[in-house]
Amino acid sequence: MDEARTSRRGLSPRLWLAGGWLILALAAATFAPLIAPQDPLAQDLMLERLPPFWLDGAESGYWLGTDSLGRDLLSRLIFGGRIAFIVAFAAATSACLIGSALGLIAGYFGGWADRFISRIVDIWMAFPPVLFAILLVAVLGTGLSSVIIAIAVIDWTRFCRVIRAEAMSQARMDYVESARIAGYGRIGIMLREVLPNVLPSVVALLSLEMGIAVIVEAILSFVNLSISTDDPTWGSIIAEGRLSIHQAWWVLVFPLITLILTVLSFSQFGEGLKARFDPVLR
Amino acid sequence: MSACLEIRSLSALLPNGQRVLRSVSLAVQPGEVRALVGESGAGKTMIGKALLGVLPKSVRIIEGEMLIEGEELSRLDAKARRTLIGARTALIPQDPLTALNRSRRIGPQMTDRLVRILGWSGERADKRIRQLLDEVQFRDPQRVLKCYPHELSGGMRQRVLIAAAFAAEPRLIVADEPTTALDVTVQKQILRLIAELQRDHGTAILFVTHDLGVVAKISQKVSVLYAGKVVEEADTAALFAAPQHPYTRALIAATPRYTDPYASLKPVDETVLAGLTAEIAAADKAWRPAHG
Repeated sequence: MDEARTSRRGLSPRLWLAGGWLILALAAATFAPLIAPQDPLAQDLMLERLPPFWLDGAESGYWLGTDSLGRDLLSRLIFGGRIAFIVAFAAATSACLIGSALGLIAGYFGGWADRFISRIVDIWMAFPPVLFAILLVAVLGTGLSSVIIAIAVIDWTRFCRVIRAEAMSQARMDYVESARIAGYGRIGIMLREVLPNVLPSVVALLSLEMGIAVIVEAILSFVNLSISTDDPTWGSIIAEGRLSIHQAWWVLVFPLITLILTVLSFSQFGEGLKARFDPVLR
Repeated sequence: MSACLEIRSLSALLPNGQRVLRSVSLAVQPGEVRALVGESGAGKTMIGKALLGVLPKSVRIIEGEMLIEGEELSRLDAKARRTLIGARTALIPQDPLTALNRSRRIGPQMTDRLVRILGWSGERADKRIRQLLDEVQFRDPQRVLKCYPHELSGGMRQRVLIAAAFAAEPRLIVADEPTTALDVTVQKQILRLIAELQRDHGTAILFVTHDLGVVAKISQKVSVLYAGKVVEEADTAALFAAPQHPYTRALIAATPRYTDPYASLKPVDETVLAGLTAEIAAADKAWRPAHG
């Protein structure tokens, strides 16, 4: 209880900082065409490798500098955010729905349903996730939807395992037994009684998974297996930045910072939401 | 008039083939409180669970009948059995901490059952629950309805559960050690409340406990259980006045006396236990060939 109280006290700024960054990044991505100072695809070899604004030789209008083809880095980051967020929401939500539903069923019903689902999870988790993703995208073909499908297909197990364990411990509680005695059906109990109790964990995991999806998308972009190479994504910018690290460090550093902040915010935001949702911690 | 609850030679097996209930027979008449007393592991709770249809899957009932108001449970299909149990029985559980759903407010949690399962109108259910909360002596039922379980103390939660058990006017309540998880001062209050509500509503109670002091206070009849076998059953007064079975005598002798707090605690006499164990082993042996 004490621990819960202290963590709650420390929570609010965490929730605000994380939420603030996510809202900022999401807004920038949503209104990218209005906000971005330059066309993210416009090349200008006269303006190649301009440094960020506080260094000598910076050009106004190119706040974070340009890459080796003279494209504006800030604009590319903002447009790259669109893909990052689309992938984060779509992939994490799909993984969450699949994994949580199966986890809830396995944990609550137990028996053969649990054995069946748990074996699948075990087998699934034996695959190295990044290789699995690369393999899947290679088979499905590159493109936004394949990336989303690949992430959902790989990461549902994360939800399944956690929700299964939680549903299992809830299913053993006396209130479930009382509901049985009162005459509720099993599915009704699962949805009305057990689900609200595992929901805080689902929310926390969902947010965490969005961060993971951003990373996986970046990894796939990095190895050139994500979206078409023209569209800027954080991963592809990082990949390009890596090549010119000695001439233009900013092309690597800024997307990395953006990526880290976003992933960190997602996980912290999830933890914060979990405490908000939990009636005991609240 | 048929008994409120009748159990006839009920036997149950664990997956390892061990018998947990050994031809248990007992009856609870309408409006009567029957205590089911025994040490832990004697199968007291198992009987309650078997009756309410919530035995763990691993425990198998191999013989016997259970009748609620004359209706044989095993003859009904699953749905009819659920309906019968849901409408005519209720449980006051052992642990008030896990018996309420921590994610739902008390009010909806209590009325939900009346509305969804028994088809009451929301208004009627609301009124009923407030009346019951008043009966279990909440000064401000309205406030309790809006609370989450963790905002109430253990004793308050147990009172909520008692109110919930009586809400639908069941004919039989199984009280599964309802005072065990509470501290002694609260225990007394809870017992008094159960006794009061039982009297006012005329509900029959199967009161599972290991505490002979509680038995003396609340019940009219007692069944003493040892290793899944009813070793003695009698009127409560008669049982305490003149216990017949050696195990009952030993159990009563082992009860701590508040009049002499410095007397050392006496465990149940070992020769009695040895005799009982031998008796049960012999009975099992005789029973096994007949049932494979």
